[in-house]
Amino acid sequence: MITAPPPVKVTKNYLNEKTGLKSWLLTSDHKRIAVLYLIVVTAFFALGGVFAGLIRLELATPAGDLFESNTYNKVFTMHGILMVFFFLIPSIPATLGNFLIPMMIGAKDLAFPRINLLSWYIYMTGGVFTLYVLLTGGVDTGWTFYTPFSSSYSNGYVVAAGLGIFINGFSAILTGLNFIVTIHRMRAPGLTWFRLPLFVWAHYATSAIMILGTPVIAVTLFLLVLERGLHIGFFDPAYGGDPVLFQHLFWFYSHPAVYIMILPSMGVISEVISTFSSKKPFGYTFIAFSSIAIAVFGFLVWGHHLFVAGQSIYAGLVFSVLSYVVAIPSAIKVFNWAATMYKGQVRMETPMLYAIGFIGLFTVGGLTGIVLASLGMDVHLTDTYFVIAHFHYVMVGGALLGYMSGLHFWWPKMFGRMYSDVWSKVSAVLVFAGFNLTFFPQFLLGYMGMPRRYHVYPPEFQVFNVLSSAGASVLGVGLLLPAIYLTWSLKYGELAPPNPWGATGLEWQTQSPPISENFEVTPVVTTEAYDYSTVQEVVHIG
Amino acid sequence: MASPTIPHEEVTLRHHFANDEQQKDASTIGMWVFLVTEIMFFGGLFLAYFAYRQAYPAAFASASNKTNLWLGAANTTVLICSSLTMAMAVHSAALGKRKLLVAFLVATLLLGGVFLGVKAYEYHDKWVHHEVPGAHFECEGCVDAGHAPLFFSLYFGMTGLHATHMLVGFVILVILIVQSAKGKYTAKWHTPIEMFGLYWHFVDIVWIFLFPLLYLIDRSKTGLK
Amino acid sequence: MAHHDNHMADHSENHSEHIVPVRVYILVFLTLIVMTWVTAFVSTVDLGRLNVFVALSIAIFKASLVILFFMHVKYGARLTKFIVLAGLYWLILLLFIAMVDLWTRGWMGVPGR
Repeated sequence: MITAPPPVKVTKNYLNEKTGLKSWLLTSDHKRIAVLYLIVVTAFFALGGVFAGLIRLELATPAGDLFESNTYNKVFTMHGILMVFFFLIPSIPATLGNFLIPMMIGAKDLAFPRINLLSWYIYMTGGVFTLYVLLTGGVDTGWTFYTPFSSSYSNGYVVAAGLGIFINGFSAILTGLNFIVTIHRMRAPGLTWFRLPLFVWAHYATSAIMILGTPVIAVTLFLLVLERGLHIGFFDPAYGGDPVLFQHLFWFYSHPAVYIMILPSMGVISEVISTFSSKKPFGYTFIAFSSIAIAVFGFLVWGHHLFVAGQSIYAGLVFSVLSYVVAIPSAIKVFNWAATMYKGQVRMETPMLYAIGFIGLFTVGGLTGIVLASLGMDVHLTDTYFVIAHFHYVMVGGALLGYMSGLHFWWPKMFGRMYSDVWSKVSAVLVFAGFNLTFFPQFLLGYMGMPRRYHVYPPEFQVFNVLSSAGASVLGVGLLLPAIYLTWSLKYGELAPPNPWGATGLEWQTQSPPISENFEVTPVVTTEAYDYSTVQEVVHIG
Repeated sequence: MASPTIPHEEVTLRHHFANDEQQKDASTIGMWVFLVTEIMFFGGLFLAYFAYRQAYPAAFASASNKTNLWLGAANTTVLICSSLTMAMAVHSAALGKRKLLVAFLVATLLLGGVFLGVKAYEYHDKWVHHEVPGAHFECEGCVDAGHAPLFFSLYFGMTGLHATHMLVGFVILVILIVQSAKGKYTAKWHTPIEMFGLYWHFVDIVWIFLFPLLYLIDRSKTGLK
Repeated sequence: MAHHDNHMADHSENHSEHIVPVRVYILVFLTLIVMTWVTAFVSTVDLGRLNVFVALSIAIFKASLVILFFMHVKYGARLTKFIVLAGLYWLILLLFIAMVDLWTRGWMGVPGR
């Protein structure tokens, strides 16, 4: 076992090369933009988390004693909008994707660095609109904005909220555009498609979804805003409008959107499982193509959100069958990750703990999605807590855990510091335990019939609700700790070597943190991906 | 305006690209990806159109008769002319012919202006006849008039969105005209002209579909109940 | 210092710019004008269900000409063609699958389903 000597001092890198607020706010360096995103995405996540806390606080008792019904509606709406649009969608692509994709392909930056910065400013603008909504009284329609309530009857700030999300959407569109062009045209010599890290494949598929889906929700919210302002009746039955048309348009994007949330996480998991098993991902080609398959098939299933909305039975049948099909590529990935670990030299570092947690929790979430895809089951389970448990298993147990895994995996590369081994492992366990305690009871609640978006419920549901709220406290602590120890590590953490985990990939061949241009000389790739024979075995002394 | 001692390539090549070809290729792909997002953006409105036409065929047929077919056809002709002048502008730029480039860009702007002028006249006409959805809407002689506002909402929504895209195009066109006159674009590098050309042609294509959908379909059907 | 002598891994079709001859533009332009007036005249004749089909077919034909020749896609990179086709495919997906719901609403004989 060779131990790499730790660095002795902080070298010149992208963080310290230029200083001052202007050098950050006017940067075109993809790494700095990634850090800017990291800060704001974390802030919005914390805010969304506060609303989650309020929901669980209210639901600890069967009576509506903390909030009035209208206020409760605003609380869960805000939780949904903040978490979906301002955290989950941008989280990995805008932070890890922005930072790593040029490095992983051996490029100096993304194809359009100034558009990258523009994306961040657009995100901030959308955020300002949403904060305005929050401060002036909120919106009560649910993050799904169903008409005609949202278009004709709601007293909340629908227009401002719709505009905030509309604007935010362009941030995703521009990021996706940048990634697609970069991955196609800026790869280093020798880096063919099938030598790319799976993280890059995952982001390519994600970017395709961003490009093709986001404009549809943009036009949908645009129509909603027009209808609310001008009363033109696109979706209002009184004028002949069809509320189900709104739902078609809304879910055409919002279903693929969930694949925007999960694909990047899957990309992270592929990298982490491989690194901490010191083994090439099993079935690399299958994993790569399954990312594309998820992106393509993900657009064919949106009607499963409309099973009981008034959609025709025949359309429901088609969407149900397709929803079963879309699970297959995800299942392929899960099997491949497990096979990668089999007979590998598994090391239980913090990123790996999150990754293993991901595999278990995402599987549960995915399987319960299959339950909901069945027309007969969905009639009983739709709009109950079963649905809420399902999507939190995939979005939190899946996407969020993937994000935490990735953050912990690439933190040394991004900031040149190692973080506390003990605290990070404690947090991972707390997150896993807290998460399950919060959301598993919700499957049971939904099965027993507790509806979603209600803050008053029959007393027989209280036991599970209390368990869920208790779990939320544990989860909250588990998520708060990284904010502390990661921030602490920026100043006091041990300096990180170029490749503390013994990973493959071009980004690990540079110093930590990287220089502004990423590479002194553009690398030329001559080996296949995940070639562990060339990696020095490194033992990280925690 | 590059000083004569600095090769043009180094003035326009950005540092993260390896060479001119890669940069131009990236711009072209990037612009096409953006146009795909525009296709999906308009697509939502096209879905609303098809959905409501299918639900209320009589209302749509009779309401669409309120559009002026020959004015629409003439306006379509004007827009296609502007597409030709734009293609010629790109052609001139590629051949390094500065004066022709400016002339064709100006012609594109003027033709686009005529198009919007005609649309303004059409909008005014509809306003005068109370065919704008809202409190004072009336559709004289329309079958199933209760659902006619849906047609007109789509008419104004779709042509309005199209017109907004043209206005954005005008702003960019003015900037390009000024820069072209100053000699900024050469045979070797004229990427902004090409990229704007793609955008302008796309706006033309949207209209190529709006014209039949809003002016033509079911025009001949007088017997619909 | 700025650029190294690179060949890209995925060679970016080093076509020096393909200049489309002016006569191609003129021909395309005239075709577009003619088809515009054809579609306008045809719409005044009642062809039953064919009207929609004819009008949209002509529109698709015109759009194809603009894409292939004015927008240079015919002479462009393979990737460009792929992106255009992907965009059109997704548009069709949105329109067609949603319309499947609306077309089949009355099939079960139960109102609204």
